[in-house]
Amino acid sequence: MRGSKLSLNHKRSWLGVAFITPWLLGFVFMFAAPLIQSVKFSFSKLNVDPSGFTLEWVGWSNFNNALFVDATFNRVLTESVRDMVLNVPMILFFSLFSATLLNQKFRGRVLARAIFFLPVILASNAISAAEASGLINLVGDATAVNELGQSGSQYNVMSMVMILSDIGLPLSFVDYIVDAILRIYEIITSSGVQILIFLAALQSVPGAMYEVAKIEGATAYESFWKITFPLVSPLILTNVIYTIIDSFTGSKVTQMIFTTAFTTQNFGLSAAMSWIYTLIISIVLIIVGYFLSKRVHYN
Amino acid sequence: MQAPQSVQPAHREANHHRVHKLKGKAVDLLYALFRYALVIGISFIIIYPLLMKFSIAFKDKADIYNPTIYMIPVHYTMDNIRMAMQILDYFPLLGNTLLFVVVTTVLTTASCALAGYGFARFSFPGSNILFALVILTLLVPTSTLMVPMYLHFRSFDIMGIIHLFTGRSGINLLNTYWPSMITSATAIGLKAGLFIYIFRQFFKGMPKEIEEAALIDGAGGVKTFLRIMLPNAVSPMITVILFCFVWQYNDTFFTSLFMSEIALMPTKVSSLAAQANALLPGLLGVGGGSGVKADPNHVAMIIDTGILLAILPLITLYMVVQRYFVESVERSGIIG
Repeated sequence: MRGSKLSLNHKRSWLGVAFITPWLLGFVFMFAAPLIQSVKFSFSKLNVDPSGFTLEWVGWSNFNNALFVDATFNRVLTESVRDMVLNVPMILFFSLFSATLLNQKFRGRVLARAIFFLPVILASNAISAAEASGLINLVGDATAVNELGQSGSQYNVMSMVMILSDIGLPLSFVDYIVDAILRIYEIITSSGVQILIFLAALQSVPGAMYEVAKIEGATAYESFWKITFPLVSPLILTNVIYTIIDSFTGSKVTQMIFTTAFTTQNFGLSAAMSWIYTLIISIVLIIVGYFLSKRVHYN
Repeated sequence: MQAPQSVQPAHREANHHRVHKLKGKAVDLLYALFRYALVIGISFIIIYPLLMKFSIAFKDKADIYNPTIYMIPVHYTMDNIRMAMQILDYFPLLGNTLLFVVVTTVLTTASCALAGYGFARFSFPGSNILFALVILTLLVPTSTLMVPMYLHFRSFDIMGIIHLFTGRSGINLLNTYWPSMITSATAIGLKAGLFIYIFRQFFKGMPKEIEEAALIDGAGGVKTFLRIMLPNAVSPMITVILFCFVWQYNDTFFTSLFMSEIALMPTKVSSLAAQANALLPGLLGVGGGSGVKADPNHVAMIIDTGILLAILPLITLYMVVQRYFVESVERSGIIG
């Protein structure tokens, strides 16, 4: 038999290949092939006909159109990248903060945890789309006006801006904080998974370390920065990457690429747009990854 | 004279100690209060929309323009729920969606567990590069693959086999369940890279001796995986199944791309507003026609009720399993 002539190691590696075969097939046919096709599309004009499609080589003109001719793409792209860059630190800060909070012992912790992870389940584009259209329905009638009035009286942002700038904080930083407060709902609802990851990391920190620190006279503040933070820091990179990936589906650029492809039927342009987007995201990821991995403490 | 002098400092010491302890207690109490305020505040922000939807679902039409009502309606009714159910065609829709989501979840979990085990325990040439490619599948925005995938499933064909046999250029799989089935069975669907990663981390952490023992006892690789590794991998399975279920249930991107004409919860919910606007006058019995327009506030109520109905199964599921949720994530080894 030929099978028995194979060495054990050889057999093992073939078995390994067998285990990953489903993924490998998927990767080749559902990922690599479309990826290469997408590159091709971005350099061509694509005409769909009933039996398939034909390609017409147009060079860089799709990229040219996306960046310099299309009226809104530049704006939408910079806006959503800016939103992403602004959101990431806020989400990180909030999720680490909540995870530390939920890791402490207090009555009702189980309930609090259950509520904090609820957004993982409820974060749905379908729901936000339906809610938005519900609001559009409402605008211009009594309750909407009432609600707008209420939200105006609820909290006066200006007073806070005054206080913060009186303290002497730079105006751009004040802007950032005020923006964070106004978007608190968005930030809270998009940090469910991140809280979960941080919490799991916090639970794996050995309790003996805190005891030692306490005996040595460290305050809670010190033990957070000297023990907790270094030990969860590898997860910061994970969370940054997750937050960025998570922002793809809801982002305006994705919507724009979608409508360009399926409403305007300009497949080439949409492929070019998506490649520009991918490129910018990867630059952001590389920069973030480079800076974080230099500072992260690995044990 | 000698004795009191030595007692005095000791007494002062004790007093000082007591004050210190009291101060510590006060700080602890203040901190606990502060913590409760924070936790309750954030929890309120999270569940407020949900509470609002519950309140609206049972609110009667008569209460819409009553400004004194906050949360608890004066007139109760089941009309909203009944109408939203009628507009959504709720139970057939829910059954359809659940079937679809369960099948894709099972397929994804199976294929990702296989791939995760393959990457964790076997070394073959290029295994590290291939695993890097798994991570790459996560990092590429889905919009990049959207058009090629769409065209691919529009005339589906693997290496010209179908063309060879039937002479046609592939089968149109759009608006069938097949695109999602195929992508989940081949572990390339919704965030599948993350699931492979979770399984790999977990299997890497399991002791090698178990497998060696199984090998000596005569179990083959497949048998070892099915009988020994998989039953031990309950926590990553729960994590993956939960996330996969929820993300599939909520996904609008792939469903609207591949299955825009099939009635599934996400697509139905996102078009709820238009549907409610069109169907509400008919349901109220005032007759259709272009001149009749439903009260926008009433439409908004129906939409809120519809959203509540859509997320109700998820909330129920979550209430049942949330105890295992955090624990399973902790044990599944995401944190490597």
